[in-house]
Amino acid sequence: MVNASKQLITGLGVLLLFSVLSVSCYAMDYPEEVEIDSLANLYEPVIFDHAMHVDATEGCAECHHHTTGTPVLNAYCAKCHTGDVEMDVVACQDCHSADPVSPENLHNPKPGYSYHNDQPNLKAAYHLKCLGCHREVDGPTGCEDCHAKTEAGDKFYHSGEFAPKEDAQHGAEHE
Amino acid sequence: MSKITRRKFLAASAAGGTAIMMAPTKKAFAAGSFEGFPDGMGVLVDLTRCVGCRTCEAACNKEQKLPEPALPFDDYSVFDEIHHGNQKRRTTDKAYTIVNRYDLKDSDEPLYRKIQCNHCNEPACLTSCFVNAYTKTPEGAVIYNSHVCVGCRNCMIACPFHIPAYTYHSVLNPVIKKCIFCYDTRLKEGRPPACVESCPQQVMTFGKRKDLMVIAHERIKKNPDKYIDHVYGEKEVGGTGWFYISSAPFEEAGFDVHLPKKPIIDNVKDFLAIVPVVLTVWPALFTGFHLLATKGKSHGHGDDHSHDEQEGH
Repeated sequence: MVNASKQLITGLGVLLLFSVLSVSCYAMDYPEEVEIDSLANLYEPVIFDHAMHVDATEGCAECHHHTTGTPVLNAYCAKCHTGDVEMDVVACQDCHSADPVSPENLHNPKPGYSYHNDQPNLKAAYHLKCLGCHREVDGPTGCEDCHAKTEAGDKFYHSGEFAPKEDAQHGAEHE
Repeated sequence: MSKITRRKFLAASAAGGTAIMMAPTKKAFAAGSFEGFPDGMGVLVDLTRCVGCRTCEAACNKEQKLPEPALPFDDYSVFDEIHHGNQKRRTTDKAYTIVNRYDLKDSDEPLYRKIQCNHCNEPACLTSCFVNAYTKTPEGAVIYNSHVCVGCRNCMIACPFHIPAYTYHSVLNPVIKKCIFCYDTRLKEGRPPACVESCPQQVMTFGKRKDLMVIAHERIKKNPDKYIDHVYGEKEVGGTGWFYISSAPFEEAGFDVHLPKKPIIDNVKDFLAIVPVVLTVWPALFTGFHLLATKGKSHGHGDDHSHDEQEGH
């Protein structure tokens, strides 16, 4: 009886392993597509092709630091984070606060960490990571290559239908 | 007058003069050591992160309710503008912050730099203003009162960063305009200025100046190949509230690297300290000398007119 259940569990485990391996070379589940929308205001949400980026990058750690259980690529982080296991938190916004300099956070700072004390906010975490890499590999770097401007964005930047009228006259003169 | 002997007068005036001379000089030295308010806020600007998107300019325009720009804020042709005197763009009365692009010697990638008031610890604009329009607040902002500004433009000349701008178009009441760290609408409540909040790359990090200075040095220490080993604004003109770290030499990004380490006011502080002494003590002292020197002198010599005047008294 005990042997039978053990065999069943092993069999199920092997099946699960095969099914995961058939999805990707990484031994974990990941979403094919992620809609990054928590900060959308001046720009539309980003429909992030996660599967494509999994194929295009060396490893999860290139974006996810040490949280996915895969080998850490950054030598500085690797000083502490070696052989880490997959964490419950893997999304950027799980660690990167959207508003780290709110009056509450500034007056109640976290106890003095020697590390993780210069964490970019969520918006910067996205842009520094995405743009940083895109500039290196000649990926798209224009604002609207990743997210289209909203009407609020056009108003904010005085562009599109909210463009300065004087400029329109200027343009007409030139044309 | 006749009861005071010449010896007593000289001794007393010499002692009094020395005492008065000493007092303000000591005071002046004490004022010179001011290094900003301990809990003053600041902004660390990391030039390596800026991609020149001009979002900060748009945010400033909106927050400060500035007039409509000549070109949209997503028009990047402004980086090619060259103004009078072969200069790149500068802050104006309609734009308290602007971003400029600088081509570097050793890199194909240009460097972008945001320009705004640096909110000095000991501002030259403040010390140059004779109507006391400027205030350095304990929160770290250098603000000004437009209602008392007489439009003399002394601060424009005094500012080592050429920041204060002037409403030249105003015929009746031209005044100074400049970045105020969003003091009225944000900083007062402990919130970061609009430009800082809007930046997609967190080029600017907001916090207590002293905490940010530690972070600035840590970033340089962790990435010695990436950064120049200098925090621009840590010591320049006595320290500034906004300070910069860069991958390229600061002079290539248009910074004035020849500014003194001491506040601008230090150039004239010693001199200014003795002005009140000279104005108050010297007249009394030398009138005394003169009276004593001419006391009891016989009539009919020297200038007759002055002699008559003295007699009249």
